[in-house]
Amino acid sequence: MGKDFDLYRPSEEHDMLRESVRALAEAKIAPFAAAVDEEGRFPQEALDALVANDLHAVHVPEAYGGAGADALATVIVIEEVARVCGSSSLIPAVNKLGSLPVILSGSEELKAKYLGPLAKGDAMFSYALSEPDAGSDAAGMKTRAVRDGDFWILNGVKRWITNAGESEYYTVMAVTDPEKRSKGISAFVVEKSDEGVSFGAPEKKLGIKGSPTREVYFDNVRIPADRMIGAEGTGFATAMKTLDHTRVTIAAQAIGIAQGALDYAKGYVKERKQFGKPIADFQGVQFMLADMAMKLEAARQLTYAAAAKSERVDGDLTFFGAAAKCFASDVAMEVTIDAVQLLGGYGYTRDYPVERMMRDAKITQIYEGTNQVQRIVMARNLP
Amino acid sequence: MTLKIAVCVKYVPDATGDRGFADDLTTDREAVDGLLSELDEYAVEQALRISEESDDAEVTVVTVGPDDAKDALRKALSMGADKAVHVNDEDIHGSDVIATSAILAKALEKTGFDLVVCGMASTDGTMGVLPALLAERLNVPQVTLLSELSVEGELVKGRRDGDSATELLEAPLPAVVSVTDQSGEARYPSFKGIMAAKKKPVEELDLDDLDIDADEVGLAGSWTLVDAVAARPARTQGTIVTDEGDGGKQLAAFLATQKFI
Ligand SMILES: Cc1cc2nc3c(=O)[nH]c(=O)nc-3n(C[C@H](O)[C@H](O)[C@H](O)COP(=O)(O)OP(=O)(O)OC[C@H]3O[C@@H](n4cnc5c(N)ncnc54)[C@H](O)[C@@H]3O)c2cc1C
Ligand SMILES: Cc1cc2nc3c(=O)[nH]c(=O)nc-3n(C[C@H](O)[C@H](O)[C@H](O)COP(=O)(O)OP(=O)(O)OC[C@H]3O[C@@H](n4cnc5c(N)ncnc54)[C@H](O)[C@@H]3O)c2cc1C
Repeated sequence: MGKDFDLYRPSEEHDMLRESVRALAEAKIAPFAAAVDEEGRFPQEALDALVANDLHAVHVPEAYGGAGADALATVIVIEEVARVCGSSSLIPAVNKLGSLPVILSGSEELKAKYLGPLAKGDAMFSYALSEPDAGSDAAGMKTRAVRDGDFWILNGVKRWITNAGESEYYTVMAVTDPEKRSKGISAFVVEKSDEGVSFGAPEKKLGIKGSPTREVYFDNVRIPADRMIGAEGTGFATAMKTLDHTRVTIAAQAIGIAQGALDYAKGYVKERKQFGKPIADFQGVQFMLADMAMKLEAARQLTYAAAAKSERVDGDLTFFGAAAKCFASDVAMEVTIDAVQLLGGYGYTRDYPVERMMRDAKITQIYEGTNQVQRIVMARNLP
Repeated sequence: MTLKIAVCVKYVPDATGDRGFADDLTTDREAVDGLLSELDEYAVEQALRISEESDDAEVTVVTVGPDDAKDALRKALSMGADKAVHVNDEDIHGSDVIATSAILAKALEKTGFDLVVCGMASTDGTMGVLPALLAERLNVPQVTLLSELSVEGELVKGRRDGDSATELLEAPLPAVVSVTDQSGEARYPSFKGIMAAKKKPVEELDLDDLDIDADEVGLAGSWTLVDAVAARPARTQGTIVTDEGDGGKQLAAFLATQKFI
């Protein structure tokens, strides 16, 4: 036995990063979390604080002016932001989701052009795969890109696009050859300022109300051919490869939200007295807290293991990414529901943060593939 | 010429924890996690800002503290300081502010400095006199409790906000200054800063390296001797004066018994 056994724990640097992000999140993001939810407005304070401290897109490689954080460090940033505000955690998470196709498959020119402004905090990056009639069956998309000399002309609608309208850049998947289904899909970088790009009204949602979700419309959007990410017909493969990595960041969001709820409930049960003593003295309450902490820790271990696989691009990443996302989001739902329960009637009101956390947790079971879809992915990629 | 800025940082028990004393009536470092004194983060921040403004500056953070005090240095390095000095020796245990200032002064003389930046007070000892003692021992000017700080040529300039007046002060370098929590928010260590900190040099010094005798410092060399410690009594509920026509009189009587009037 010895204290210097370094397996199964984050490095000292990762722990320091957590400490730093936690302090920042508590001071600069938490105070606005309730208002952002209540007013359904973009968490500008969080964006400003994250940019000021170079935490808005830590995954961007140093070669392009980024912080060059590994996948586990990125997970820790997202987790700690989500612990205080689920909506705000979509800033670092979606910046990775939107830009990863470029990082994985883009040309050197595309990387140089689009990653720099992202790293500096001058631009955010969104990911546009889903459509009104193509959700779980994303390959059934209808958005079309037609070649016109050195240009592509895009037409169609993307739905549910996180940070739409706020982001400067969009990775857009579109059909370039309808005959070939998933192999006839290509990925492009589209800019907010490209002519013919417009946005729908913000969706009215159950949770993550501070994170704008809108439709994106493409009306004869003419973009230069060198904005294609990778080769023609590889867009769907790039989109799926991206999700292998970013599902781990959704798991991070889930464990962050759950940790926020558990931390709040842990404090509350010591203060709240019934039957002449703190409700924390009741074994029924203690057992609930024990289960919450147990599930959350299991989810965290799986998520960190998946993050390490994401960084190494291990062969079993697809399984691990799906498993971490699915398990952590199911745990987040259970833990946040129990946190509301532990606060009794108070937990059911908007005067306490746990009902917001419960509403925010729900989305992690749905986006980047519903948890049913995760199970399909896992079943096809059993270890 | 490189502007050499030294920042004195203290490793303290987390003020939000349940702080207490060990059997020998010194700080209990077992029960509560330690960290970089929050008020010293402002000093590090000011030093970094001056360094960023200057063409050629170097920021060294200096601490006197136990093994774990390296955590405080690590934090300051991850904020952006260039190097660190850690004075650590078993015989330092129990040093009061007089002894600590003696050790720090020797360490600063050894390291070299144009400007020494301190916090306004530690969050555990809270005496707030170390910067003045240090200036005296180093025989340089002191400009303390500043809410603004800058270096202009051979001068350090600052602003001290008092209760009745604001003073604009300056002193020739080398000098010792202390900054308040109004001087500007301290930065959070970034990922890059944290990764870079790992590779920055930390010089370890003991009393021999500084030519200090063990009996000059520690419990033996301290002027202050702690006889006993007692918890502050819990706050009692205030006295409520019910006004039945003689409220003013009752109030005056109360103030008189409390020796306010
Ligand atoms: C707030 C929010 C933000 C989002 N952000 C983005 C974004 O930034 N970019 C983006 O591209 N998309 C985004 N999405 C879209 C999200 O990924 C989709 O909503 C999700 O993939 C599910 O698609 P759907 O809504 O069309 O549901 P459907 O596919 O219609 O699914 C409905 C139900 O049927 C189930 N189901 C479907 N197929 C199967 C099957 N084969 N077996 C078993 N069950 C099945 C599903 O699990 C679900 O329960 C976002 C969505 C929301 C709500
Ligand atoms: C919308 C709304 C409407 C309401 N309407 C009414 C109403 O019409 N009339 C009325 O009287 N009240 C009403 N209430 C109050 C509600 O019934 C109480 O909130 C509820 O009984 C829980 O009590 P509490 O909130 O004080 O939680 P607490 O008593 O603090 O309990 C918190 C948690 O501790 C646990 N707990 C507490 N005691 C024990 C124990 N002995 N053993 C094991 N676990 C324990 C439970 O898990 C509970 O969830 C309402 C509340 C809301 C939010």
